[in-house]
Amino acid sequence: MSAGVGVDLENLWIRFGDFVAVRDANVNINGGDFFSFLGPSGCGKTTILRAVSGFLEPSEGNVLIGGKNMRGIGPNKRPTALIFQNLALFPLMKVWENITFSMEIKGASSAERRKRADELLDMIALPEQGDKLPSELSGGQRQRVAIARALCAEPDVLLLDEPLSALDLKLRQHMRTELREIQKRVGITFIYITHDQGEALTMSDNIAVMRAGVIDQIANGKTIYNDPNTAFAASFVGENNVFRGKVKQVMGNEALIATNRSGDLVARISTTNQGKMKEGDDAMMFVRPEAFAIAPDGASGDHFVTARVNHEEFEGNAFNIFTEGEGGKEIKVSIPNHGQSFDDHTGQNITLEYETHNAVIVPAGELAAE
Amino acid sequence: MPQFLKDFFNRNGTGMGLAILGLVLFWTIGLIILPQLSMLDFSFRPNLPPPEIGGPKDVYTLENYKYLIYGPEGGSQDYNTVDLRVFFRTLVAAVCVTIFNLIICYPIAYYLGQSEGSHIRIFAIMLIIPYWINEILRAFALRIIFGETGVLNTLFMGLGIWDTPFDFIRNDIALYAGLGYAYILLMIFPMYNVIESLDKNQIEAARDLGAPWWRIHWRVVIPYAKPGISSGCTMVFMLSAGALAAPQILGGPSSLWFTQLIYQQFNDNNDWPQGAAYAIVLLVTCILFVLAMMRLFKVNMGDIGK
Repeated sequence: MSAGVGVDLENLWIRFGDFVAVRDANVNINGGDFFSFLGPSGCGKTTILRAVSGFLEPSEGNVLIGGKNMRGIGPNKRPTALIFQNLALFPLMKVWENITFSMEIKGASSAERRKRADELLDMIALPEQGDKLPSELSGGQRQRVAIARALCAEPDVLLLDEPLSALDLKLRQHMRTELREIQKRVGITFIYITHDQGEALTMSDNIAVMRAGVIDQIANGKTIYNDPNTAFAASFVGENNVFRGKVKQVMGNEALIATNRSGDLVARISTTNQGKMKEGDDAMMFVRPEAFAIAPDGASGDHFVTARVNHEEFEGNAFNIFTEGEGGKEIKVSIPNHGQSFDDHTGQNITLEYETHNAVIVPAGELAAE
Repeated sequence: MPQFLKDFFNRNGTGMGLAILGLVLFWTIGLIILPQLSMLDFSFRPNLPPPEIGGPKDVYTLENYKYLIYGPEGGSQDYNTVDLRVFFRTLVAAVCVTIFNLIICYPIAYYLGQSEGSHIRIFAIMLIIPYWINEILRAFALRIIFGETGVLNTLFMGLGIWDTPFDFIRNDIALYAGLGYAYILLMIFPMYNVIESLDKNQIEAARDLGAPWWRIHWRVVIPYAKPGISSGCTMVFMLSAGALAAPQILGGPSSLWFTQLIYQQFNDNNDWPQGAAYAIVLLVTCILFVLAMMRLFKVNMGDIGK
C-alpha cells in the first residue's frame, strides 16, 4: 500500500462566470494525513474536492499530488478515488463487482477480482455479502462498500464528500471511528469534506475552516477549537458566546475590550492575531459555554459578567443555562454534570466568571449563520 | 369485488370510476380485441362472393396460410418463394432499421438526458416539430432529396464525387432512411426518459475509478437504460415491419414490403381472408421475435412500459 502522498493547493482560484467559488486557496496536506475541509454549504469545499479529483480544472493555480502538477490530467488518470455524498454505487452490479470495478477496467480476471473483493469485504466486516446487490444492504453497509470500492483502486489519496450525511446519528458516530481506523490501517491520505464540525474534530489530523470560498484557518482540531483566528472560525466550530466591542487596551498577549453591552472584559488575543490588534480596533471576544462558571454573588471585575437566567436545561452530561445579560444579550452557559447538586436559577440574577486564557479575541468579522 | 377494484372506485368515485372503466374496456375490447378477432376469423375462411357467405362453402380452412407457404395450387413452384422472400426480407430489413436507429438515437438520447440547460428543451422541440408534417409528405420530401435529380445527386455530381446519378431508390437507401427517420422519436424518447433519471454521480464514479468513456457506457449507462432501449427497439421494429407509406413511396420498383402484399390482397385482389392471413402471420411472427429478443437480452415485460 503506498503511503504518504501529499496534496498541495497553490494559489488556487476557481470561478464560475463572475462567481468566485474558491479564492486563492493555499493548502499543504501532509501525506498520510486525515485532512478535513470544514464549512457551511456553499462555501466552496466540494469545489475544491472536485478540483483535486480532476472533475474540474482550476481557473488559476495548481493542484499537486505527490509534488506532481495535475493540470490537464483527467479524473480517470489521477491517483485519487472519490467517495460521493450519495455513494453512487452501481445499482445493477453485485457488491463484489462494484468493489472491483477498477480492476475490471485494468483487465483483471474474474477470479482475481473475487479474491480481492473477499479480502476487502473482510476488511470492512461484510464477509459473504459479495453476491448481494447494493439495494439489499443497509445504509451503513453500503457506506462501507463505497469505501472498499474506492480503496480497491489503490489510490494515493482518498477523497470523501460528506459521505456520512445520509446516515442516522448513531451510525454516523460509529462510522467516524471506523473511517479513522481504516485510514490508519491503509495509511493513505484522506481528504474529507464536511459541514459537521463534530466529524471534522473527531477524525482529522488537520482541518481547514472555509467560508465563502476563503480558507480562514488551517490547524489541528484542538487549535481550531481553542485558538480560532477569525470570528467565523470561532462561531462556526462549536458553540460560542460572542461579545462585540472595541479594543481599549493591549497588554502583551491579552487585551481589554470595551464591550457594547457587558462592560470592560479581558481576554487572550488569538495567536495569529497577536501583535496585530491595537487600541480602537473593532473586536470580538468569544467565550465558550463550558468556559463559564457561576461566581459568588457580588463578585465583579474584568472577567465577570452579570446576567439573568431565562431558563435551564438538563442535557445529561451538562446543565445548560440560558441567560440574558445586560441589554438583552443572550449568553449560554454549560456546567458539566459530575453529580453535584444544582439549584434552579430561573428568574435569578447570577454572576458568571471565566478565566482569561479561556476567552479569545479576534478582529470583528462575519459570524457563522445559526 | 377484488380489492384493487374497490380501491379504484374509492379513489375515483363510483360515477367517474365506471366512466373510466367503461372507456378503457371499450378501447381495449371494442377497438382492439374484437376487430382483431374478426380478422383472425376471416383468415380461416375461403374468399367467397357475398351471396355464398354463410352458405355451405363457408367453412374454416387453412388454405390462406398454405398459400403463403406453397403458393397457388398447381403453380409452377413447390413453394411460394416470391411472397416468402418478401416476408423474410421485410423482417430482416426491420431489424436493420431498428439497429440503425438505435445507433443513431442512443447518443442523442444520452446527450439530451445528461445535459442541463434550456437548450435541451429547444432540441426536443426541434425533434418533435417535423412530426407535425404528415407521413406521406415527409416520405415525398425524402424522395426529392434522394431522387435521380434530387438534392444529394445534384450536390455530389456538382462536387464531382460521382458522374452519373446514384439510384438511392433502387438501392433501397431511400427506403431505409425514410423508415429510420419515421420512427426516430419513438426510439429517442423512451431512452431519454430512462437516461435522464440516471444519477450523474454514477458516471463520475466510474470515470473516477479509471473507466474510459466506452466502458462507462457499456457497464453503467446501457445496463441502466436497458428498459428504455428495449421499449424503443420494440416499437421501432413493430412499426417498421408494419409500415406501408414509406415502402410505397420510397421503395424501389422491385422492393416489395410485406405490408404491400397485404394491402394488395385486401385492396387490389379484394381477397380479405388472404390479406387477413398474411397480416396475422406478420403480427404473430413479430410478437414471437420480440419475445425471443426480450428473453435473449433478459428484459422483463414490465420494463417495456417504462
